[in-house]
Amino acid sequence: MKCEELLKLLNEYVDGDIDPAFCKEFEQHLAGCDPCKIVVDTLRKTILIYKNDQIYELPVEFRERLHELLRQRWREIRDSKLEQPQQPSPAPRANNQN
Amino acid sequence: MNDTDLQVSDQELVIRAKNGDLSAFETLVSRYEQRVFNLAMRMLHNVHDAEDVTQQTFLNALEHLEEFRGDASFATWLYRIATNAALKNLRKKRGLPTVSLEESTELQEERDTIPHPEYLADWRQSPQELIQNNEVRALIQQALDELDEKHRLVFLLRDVEGLSVKETAQALGISEANVKVRLLRARLQLREKLTRTFGDPKTLVKPEHKHKNSESRA
Repeated sequence: MKCEELLKLLNEYVDGDIDPAFCKEFEQHLAGCDPCKIVVDTLRKTILIYKNDQIYELPVEFRERLHELLRQRWREIRDSKLEQPQQPSPAPRANNQN
Repeated sequence: MNDTDLQVSDQELVIRAKNGDLSAFETLVSRYEQRVFNLAMRMLHNVHDAEDVTQQTFLNALEHLEEFRGDASFATWLYRIATNAALKNLRKKRGLPTVSLEESTELQEERDTIPHPEYLADWRQSPQELIQNNEVRALIQQALDELDEKHRLVFLLRDVEGLSVKETAQALGISEANVKVRLLRARLQLREKLTRTFGDPKTLVKPEHKHKNSESRA
């Protein structure tokens, strides 16, 4: 395997879904090629650093507003459907049950 | 019945919501609001804009719930709405015409131009040590911002949000082959930028094989 070929299989290798037939060749190449070893190592670190980056917490106040807005919109949609039934109901609704 | 029970699948909640169960819909919102907000923050870096995008995403989801047929997972469908909303917001701010995600992502897909790794050195510190530092975190964010949108989105969905290649393709409306090519480019571009910043010059290694294109042009 050449460096160029290794480059094309980088995703599969770092994601752990490389074809086992290529995996051995890939690792044999790595064992003897420092530049490629560094590429694989720093690529893994690059992915890791973004994976572990901070979580932006959803603001609590916004969350409440969002849910309130969605409830309101839900009722509007439901009411408009009740007023103007445009399509038959997909499933029988239990209208006479509490 | 307890809708907050994590054992209830998204699929089941969608069915209940379609049948008029508001609490089922709210459970779905609660499951994904943090993730949608995070994605929006990473695209827009502004709480106000990220809130707008999050709100727009769930309003759209509510208004189009009937059209969701379950070809993809609910999460993927939601990410698709969210990425469209985020792109729309970005373009509005830049005063650019809004185009659909498919147009922006599918046009002019350059094939087989994988950036060749140039700067090869070990990092001075581990990723865990690096992200402790606020200045470093700003640099990491900046490197991501320098990617164009189509590469940034693929990287965010696949590597940060943890979607599979297939899900990323469905969320962006592009082929899996395109996801793979863009992901590799995005990863290599970020690697290059971060290694130039965090690499230890003492360990610098010269690439053994020069890029074929640069050789032939020389």
